[in-house]
Amino acid sequence: MTVDISRDHALDLMLQMLRIRRLEEKSAELYAKQKIRGFLHLYIGEEAVGVGAMRGLRDDDNVVATYREHGHALVRGIPAGEIMAEMYGKANGCSGGRGGSMHLFSVERRFYGGHAIVGGGLPIAVGLALADKMKGESRVTACFFGDGATDEGEFHESLNLAALWKLPVLFLCENNRYAMGTAFKRHVSDDDIVNNPPAYGVHSETVDGMDVVAVERVVHNAAESVRETGEPRFVELRTYRFRAHSMYDAELYRSKAEVEEWKKLDPIEQLKDRALAAGLITGADIEAIEREVAREIEEAVEFAEQGAWESIGDLARHTYARDLS
Amino acid sequence: MTTYREAIRTALRRLLLEDSRVFLMGEDVGRYGGAYAVSKGLLKEFGEERIRDTPLCESTFLGAGIGAALGGMRPIVEVMTVNFSMLALDQVVNNAAVMRHMSGGQFEVPIAVRMATGAGKQIAAQHSHSLENWYAYIPGIKVLAPATAQDAHDMLLAAVEDPDPVFIFEHQMLYGIEGPFDPNATPSSPWKAAVLHPGSDVSLIAYGGSVHKALAAAEELEKEGISAEVIDLRSLRPLDRSAIITSVSRTHRAVVIDEAWKTGSLASEVSATLAEEAFYELDAPIARVCTREVPIPYAKHLEDAALPQVPAIVEAARRSVGSG
Amino acid sequence: MAEFIMPSLGADMTAGTLGKWLVAVGDRVAHGDIIAEVETDKGTIEVEVFTSGVIEALLVEEGEKVPVGTPLAEIGEAGTESGTVSASVSGSAPESVSGSAPESVSGPASAPVSVSAGIMTLGGGGDLNGPMATPAVRRRAHELDVSLHALSGSGEHGRITQEDVERAAFANRVRAPSGDRVRISPYAKRLARQRQIDLTDVRGTGPGGAIGARDLEAVPAKPPADSPKERMQRAIAAAMTRANDEIPHYYVEHTIDMGTALEWLRAKNQSSSVNERLVSGVLLLRAVARALRKHPQLNATWQGSGVVRGDGFHVGLAVSLRGGGLVAPALRDADQGSLLELMARMTDLVSRARAGALRSSELTSPTITLTSLGERGVESVTPIIFPPQVAIVGFGAILTRPWVVNDRIVARPVVRVTLGADHRVSNGHQGARFLGTLDRLLQEPEKL
Repeated sequence: MTVDISRDHALDLMLQMLRIRRLEEKSAELYAKQKIRGFLHLYIGEEAVGVGAMRGLRDDDNVVATYREHGHALVRGIPAGEIMAEMYGKANGCSGGRGGSMHLFSVERRFYGGHAIVGGGLPIAVGLALADKMKGESRVTACFFGDGATDEGEFHESLNLAALWKLPVLFLCENNRYAMGTAFKRHVSDDDIVNNPPAYGVHSETVDGMDVVAVERVVHNAAESVRETGEPRFVELRTYRFRAHSMYDAELYRSKAEVEEWKKLDPIEQLKDRALAAGLITGADIEAIEREVAREIEEAVEFAEQGAWESIGDLARHTYARDLS
Repeated sequence: MTTYREAIRTALRRLLLEDSRVFLMGEDVGRYGGAYAVSKGLLKEFGEERIRDTPLCESTFLGAGIGAALGGMRPIVEVMTVNFSMLALDQVVNNAAVMRHMSGGQFEVPIAVRMATGAGKQIAAQHSHSLENWYAYIPGIKVLAPATAQDAHDMLLAAVEDPDPVFIFEHQMLYGIEGPFDPNATPSSPWKAAVLHPGSDVSLIAYGGSVHKALAAAEELEKEGISAEVIDLRSLRPLDRSAIITSVSRTHRAVVIDEAWKTGSLASEVSATLAEEAFYELDAPIARVCTREVPIPYAKHLEDAALPQVPAIVEAARRSVGSG
Repeated sequence: MAEFIMPSLGADMTAGTLGKWLVAVGDRVAHGDIIAEVETDKGTIEVEVFTSGVIEALLVEEGEKVPVGTPLAEIGEAGTESGTVSASVSGSAPESVSGSAPESVSGPASAPVSVSAGIMTLGGGGDLNGPMATPAVRRRAHELDVSLHALSGSGEHGRITQEDVERAAFANRVRAPSGDRVRISPYAKRLARQRQIDLTDVRGTGPGGAIGARDLEAVPAKPPADSPKERMQRAIAAAMTRANDEIPHYYVEHTIDMGTALEWLRAKNQSSSVNERLVSGVLLLRAVARALRKHPQLNATWQGSGVVRGDGFHVGLAVSLRGGGLVAPALRDADQGSLLELMARMTDLVSRARAGALRSSELTSPTITLTSLGERGVESVTPIIFPPQVAIVGFGAILTRPWVVNDRIVARPVVRVTLGADHRVSNGHQGARFLGTLDRLLQEPEKL
């Protein structure tokens, strides 16, 4: 990893990755205590992708993500408390308690979810880009998805349509090498996902997803290229999740040894080591960040605990614009 | 007098002219002029930005329609027929229908989707489905079935204006029929059923491609001294239950005509509604005239035998009244 | 001190088996350490501890299966440590994490032969008019309420035979609940109820003999239901006619000096609060009831062959209703209790009579009736007995009249009382004596 960035920049990247890491750890704890229910998909190990990508995009760009989106949502600017409250199911959650962990939405942050159907968000991203193009906006629509999504028809249809109609979509494939429990080589016929998009005329590149600085640089350049040319691009970010697919997963499909190997590439540790070695940050900086993050998470949990439950009388709200009865 | 397809085209032109957010996309809507010639001439008039021929990717182009609606446009997505729409069902059920709800009210999907539907042209099992009930099943979307040229026009205007996703089913046998049409008439609410032929002995309740069959049956019955009331449901979700109940409360007998297979059909929904809310008005068991539970065959005589026809409607009405 | 609990590891996990402890009592642990392996349906999962400290106790043994939320170990505080200390634990009974089992679709298995005669789809064969069956078979099916479309015919080319129909009808009968229930459409049933039509004589022409609305038209309509007022009018008319026809009335009249009674009443009322003031009617009522004690043959009912003495002195009060009706509900045991109580009961009874809120016992139990037309200002009334009672007492208004007291003419309040009685049960002498008793009682109001 090259660390030719400023101290402030390094501190910011450190802070964001730790915010995600600690939020996810706390979520796991709360899930075990049944405060958070349903499905919970942790981003631990993949923080560099979320942080680097978000920092590479502009605030005004659109973001479509998957069900493993807490980190993206957090760095995008959805308050930790609203994310936590949403996972609790409280009315002060960012989706009003209606969505839960997999469906975080924010109209202010242009965060279009939170999608639980693998590949289901890609057409939406294409449509958002279409709308922006027709309206003459200079926005990029960043669409996050996993390696599993590249199997779905929608992936191929979306690349094709975005390329054909020249739509400003940035396809960001977070390849963590597993589609739930199926290893990469067992679900992709061509070893390299990067070979796919060029078949549709879409520029494709790959980046080390454990190197937050590299991710930011690549995504930023790709986004600006999309913005300038109005044409879609594809970036594969190679990463790894240290935890199971979701909370209830015995991880029978991979060896502990493999996980340990990847843990050595922990993006937070990598940045820490290099930044410390380069004299950009100090141990005291890290301690301060940890304290700040701990406080933020604690307040987030408190916010969620204090949140109200939506009244059952409002059950039919938000089904249609106006109640039909 | 105007044809059903011309009435829809009139509505499309008006929308494209009056609202720059509106655009049409679907397979062969542009150069081909539309599989059912509905959009003929529109590409020339409005250009490729507004009339978009899509690749054959129902899931993604309907999903893109949803995304465009989220992004502030008012797309009209034409899925060539309901038979192809199944490829896009995930986008319908898991995105269009639930986006508002899942986001806690932050996002809405003002998309209008048009689909040809139904059977009768000997295009066999894969091209002859009636799946209105699948769509009318889903909370979060709305479903319309215009049976007249006027409704085909008015309902499209209403659908595009509506902030919720609206699915319009155009029965393929209706495109060429002519009917009274006034583009400037004040439209009645699309969400209400209509009494097309008042009567007092039995209510014939139908939608879409079955409405004209119900009207023909009513004429037959009149000759036998049976006064049949014909109700065109028009809106399938929300269903105008009040109109159904009011009619049967007057006639005390109901025959529901539906081109779908009877099991789990919308006819079942109408029947259940009557049993729940008009039980004490029923003087005869509710009758359902539906398609036989077989895939639609190619041979004409077999297709005709499978689909609901006027004699079967008349027979059911007679039986209901007690003279069958 | 914190607890390490069996964690929920998934939406449908309800319990887990402690597979293996990776720590022992006395071990120091830090937040995030893996300290146990839990066996679940999906396999073995390593679980981490969320507090730092020292293992003080292991509460569950290896191999033990416990519900989610069960405490597995106790962790005591160590020295200084970093990381969050989660000391709170759900102490309440562990909530079941199981998702609800899909509700099984219950209900009667769908009958292979449809009982509903109304279901109609296009039949088989080339006949667009329905399933293949001769007219005779169709008629039989209609009679037996068998739906042809659901049958597979055993005849040639799938033709439905008489036997097919009979077999199906038998199957229906066996399956359908038996009983003498009338087959009738919901609408006809409602009409029948409204028109008060007795269905036992109505012939149904629908499938299986079902009665439809049309079949009710043959039944002559009952005259429109009377209003309650008309019904009451008829009842009174019937009763009075009967009284006139059956009861040989004799009448005895008397004028009672009410001076003493009223004077006593005035004095008593002056020293009472407003809601304890008595009216003269109460005195009359009490006096009648007490007088009857001495003349029980007037407190009876005529039951067909003989007289039945009353089981108490339940005086029916004739109350006129708004709109012209009349009821005479009983004030039971009018001879007992204080005058104040009697007054309260009387007021209550009258107001309930006017509101139509009487109890049936009040209408059936009077042993005599008292009618007072005093408020109308008339001098007297000659009342008709309410059968099956044997007497009736009528009062006129208490009027000031010239009266002779000690050979002097003075103005006195007097009231005319008329006894009407059944001559089969009593005679004029008895009647007269009753009125004499009544008079005497009213001269000593303080004893009432």
